Amino acid sequence: MGKNQYNTSEEPENTTTVHIRRAVAYVVLVLVSIMCLFWFYILFINATRSNGELGRGFTLLPSSYLGENMHNIFTGTIPVVRGMLNSFTVAALSALLSTYFSTMTAYSIQIYDFKGKKAIFAFILAIMMIPTQVTALGFVNLVNGMGLEDNFIPLIVPSIAAPITFFYMKQYMESNLPVSLIEAARIDGATELRIFNTIAVPLMKPAIAVQAIFTFVASWNNYFIPSLVLHKDNMKTLPIQIAQLRSADWLKFDMGQVYAMIAFSIFPVIIVYLILSKNIVGGLTAGGVKE
Amino acid sequence: MRKKIVSIMVASAMTAAMLAGCGGAAQAPAAEAPAAETPAAEAPAAETPAAPAESAAPAESAAPAESAAPAGDEGSVLNIEVWNEEFKSRITDHYPGYEKVDDTTGKIGEVKVNWIITPSDDNAYQNNLDTVLPGNADAAADDKVDIFLVEADYALKYVDADANVAMPLKDLGIADGDLSKQYQYTKDVVTDANGDLRGASWQACSAGLIYNREAAKEVLGSDDPAEVQKAVADWKTFNETAKKMADKGYKMTSTVNDTYRVYSNNVSAPWVQDNAVVVDANIAQWVEDSKAMVDAKETTTAELWSDDWSKGFYPDGKVFCYFGPAWLINFSMHSDDATSIAGQGGWGLVTGPQGFYWGGTWICAAQGTDNPTLVKDIILTMTTDDAVMEEIAVKDSDCVNNKDVLTKLAGDSSFGNAILGGQNPYQMLADGAELVDMSNISIYDQGCNEEFQAAMKNYFDGNATYDEALAQFNKAIVEKYPELTAQ
Amino acid sequence: MNKAKKGNMARLNRWGYIFLIPFIVVFIIFQLIPLVNTIYNSFFENYRSGLKQIGPNFIGLANYASLFTGGDLIQYFENTMIMWVLGFIPQIVISLLLSAWFTNPSLRLKGQRFFKTVIYLPNLIMTSAFAMLFFTLFADSGPINSMLMQAGILSEPYSFMSHVGSVRGLVAFMNCLMWFGNTTILLMAGMMGISADLYEAAEVDGATPTQIFFKITMPLLRPIFIYVMITSLIGGLQMFDVPQILTNGTGDPMRSSMTLIMYLNKHLYSKNYGMAGALSVMLLILTGVLSFIVFRVTASDQVKKVR
Repeated sequence: MGKNQYNTSEEPENTTTVHIRRAVAYVVLVLVSIMCLFWFYILFINATRSNGELGRGFTLLPSSYLGENMHNIFTGTIPVVRGMLNSFTVAALSALLSTYFSTMTAYSIQIYDFKGKKAIFAFILAIMMIPTQVTALGFVNLVNGMGLEDNFIPLIVPSIAAPITFFYMKQYMESNLPVSLIEAARIDGATELRIFNTIAVPLMKPAIAVQAIFTFVASWNNYFIPSLVLHKDNMKTLPIQIAQLRSADWLKFDMGQVYAMIAFSIFPVIIVYLILSKNIVGGLTAGGVKE
Repeated sequence: MRKKIVSIMVASAMTAAMLAGCGGAAQAPAAEAPAAETPAAEAPAAETPAAPAESAAPAESAAPAESAAPAGDEGSVLNIEVWNEEFKSRITDHYPGYEKVDDTTGKIGEVKVNWIITPSDDNAYQNNLDTVLPGNADAAADDKVDIFLVEADYALKYVDADANVAMPLKDLGIADGDLSKQYQYTKDVVTDANGDLRGASWQACSAGLIYNREAAKEVLGSDDPAEVQKAVADWKTFNETAKKMADKGYKMTSTVNDTYRVYSNNVSAPWVQDNAVVVDANIAQWVEDSKAMVDAKETTTAELWSDDWSKGFYPDGKVFCYFGPAWLINFSMHSDDATSIAGQGGWGLVTGPQGFYWGGTWICAAQGTDNPTLVKDIILTMTTDDAVMEEIAVKDSDCVNNKDVLTKLAGDSSFGNAILGGQNPYQMLADGAELVDMSNISIYDQGCNEEFQAAMKNYFDGNATYDEALAQFNKAIVEKYPELTAQ
Repeated sequence: MNKAKKGNMARLNRWGYIFLIPFIVVFIIFQLIPLVNTIYNSFFENYRSGLKQIGPNFIGLANYASLFTGGDLIQYFENTMIMWVLGFIPQIVISLLLSAWFTNPSLRLKGQRFFKTVIYLPNLIMTSAFAMLFFTLFADSGPINSMLMQAGILSEPYSFMSHVGSVRGLVAFMNCLMWFGNTTILLMAGMMGISADLYEAAEVDGATPTQIFFKITMPLLRPIFIYVMITSLIGGLQMFDVPQILTNGTGDPMRSSMTLIMYLNKHLYSKNYGMAGALSVMLLILTGVLSFIVFRVTASDQVKKVR
């Protein structure tokens, strides 16, 4: 529908067209935003309802059980605050390691010229296509074999080799990392590692922020592998704790608590997202250098 | 990055969760019912001399001496694999000598107790058992699993004689006579091919037909259990009643899946014979009856636990009956909501067309345990001690696996259930538990039952013929159990 | 480049290897071993029956043969592609439209920050939680049905989960909703690298928004656009959690929404590494070929544009 607007051959200064296009843009944006926020609204509503009320199905009106649900979560036997800390540790470190080392790997492929580089690049792209489901159970056996149960290492360290993040960094570098800057720094006598850290990484900030968010969120919501690796209560992450609430026996089963817990677990990730997204949505001026 | 390895779905996550949970229940004054304010519930012994309370006290005081001291050469750590906190709270509340240290550890005498909780979502609990149990005998002493819990659906997988991951109870020194008050079906579920018992349960989840009294009065002219039972005594009369219900705007059942367990608990042969899957006559009957009911709009094909299933918990839902055990009545029918039928005491309970059970948790001793004496005592105390069993029935509303206790509760008028309009369900539940016959289970039951219901939904919905649906079932079974062949 | 510099470069290029070390080491330990195992296993009969381990017995290509003799593989591939395309087309259209609007200086949209932030939010909700909401919304007795009935469009509730079209539609809708923000962010981040001067210069020259988009934005966005296309394709072929959760793992009605990975997951129930391995190898080849085509098409396009 935007197409027709664009095809009008008037000059951009024609304010009527701009007004119409702007109006269309606003309408679409508002609709899209409602689509996006609606789910959070229902999650919040459901978190305010009791188990019995939830059984009655959908409603748009909040109920009065939010305090009670929250109270039950915090006073229950599941250490949710600890769970949040654990989730945060795992997700933050994963995001950090994944973005830093993926940038480094991409930098290696993009900037340097060495034997086997093309083969390595192709190989990494190929790995990207392997469905993780296949290797999941083998991975867990490997972890158990290494004696790394109840340890965050198998959840964090593998993110160093993240082909999809690497591929993005590589693509982003193609149009956003001017070789001239790096050569200039070399002439100034900076070491390669220093150039990478002080010149390449800052230039990659928007890309790093994007992938940091994606990795953080994926790790934050990951259930399957952590559920097989973490067994001690004080090591468990939020998705395992949510699953545990859902596995509760009849006497304790409470959908209101499940929803409250989901709402509680989304909250920090929103904050992290808002902080990191400044680097992405900040405006068009940050990109800077471009030939 | 955009793929999760989730092998499951919410609904089934929830279903699994709920099946998992199914332990909690029995009659007893449900928490919200008026009866609960009377002696039974919280701190019985102290407050009143009412009958159920009294027996609780001796259990507490009598036992510690015997249980607290395992033989000196046994392990110092007791590891218990579970998927929720149900058994932990039973042990904490009822096992003499158990001291809580924190939420996942405790002490019995000098022995440290570790609760290892893996949720059932995504098959994670079973995957975990599959990893740790086979090598358990070789694990380091403090890492050895000593006790693990299982549910009926997959119990046979772990009590299998060849797999040999659960100890035969006789090897622990538990004689058949020790379990004489338990219901036979609870033993069938954990009996291996050689006839050895490899687990025990404190719960007997026999179930019945839970009917809407209002609808019974309107359509059948009476809500008296004896009268209603006549209208649902067998499947033929059940189907005739369904027509009458439909004429008055009631669905007979909320979904075809409500009746599935009743039919499938009463099969004449196991799902798998000579490595081939065979659809039993009673299951085929379920398909035929269900298809007719769906076509006549007397029921639907909704999933259990979905919103469409549970709408009948309210008068507007216009559903005549559900099938379920005491825990479903007490904990799942929204009795805490005054507008629900349960909240108004509008349900009644009868045996229904056939006896069946739903749920329950079994305790198994892990092969390789280094605490056999303690494990034996835990199993005996939690599943055979009359005083403890009655205490569990009263305090936790579990329908306990003990004939004497159930008979006693059935004869006690203070155990009328408000949700059932004051009806005391224990006699019916006790009788029902005797009727259940689980001698025809196989290790393939969980997969076969799930896949069969899923495949037949296509037939009921009109998306496939019976033969096509059956072909899809066969395909799914061979995927799940590559060693099997379709019939 | 003179000779001295060349020698210098060779020395510097050693850093290429050094920078690869962390990735390679971690990769070998945590991914290559399981991967080689996967391929290796595809030639074996290797599964669990209950707790009993069957195999591994070498059976050559028998796993591959049984994959194809069933004939279902093609159907699952079709299902996957249909649901992916249904979701991806609106996803990429909306994403391009939004990022074009956000980067178009003449529009000067207010509240951009808000909109840019909001679009990614659905991705923060766990798929399983999302599905819980969908079940409630689209239940026979749910709000969508009652709205449609009140509006007189339906006379009785429509069972969304019992019809091929609606199940596929819901899967596509949910995927689109969860991932369009992700795509938009990727595109925007790519566009941020494009200098505002370019847009201003183009505007001064009297370029229309359409011209600006196709002549400036798209060419400079090409590497990221290729990334989006390829990763979406891979993500599409590996589509799993949404249809798995929405259909209870059945892929019904009659497996019309069963994707390739859902099928693979069926084999993991019995820890059937043989069949799962064979299926993964097929997927690997399939994805590789498709990605190669996408890469080629977009790359040759680039050559044309440059000339």
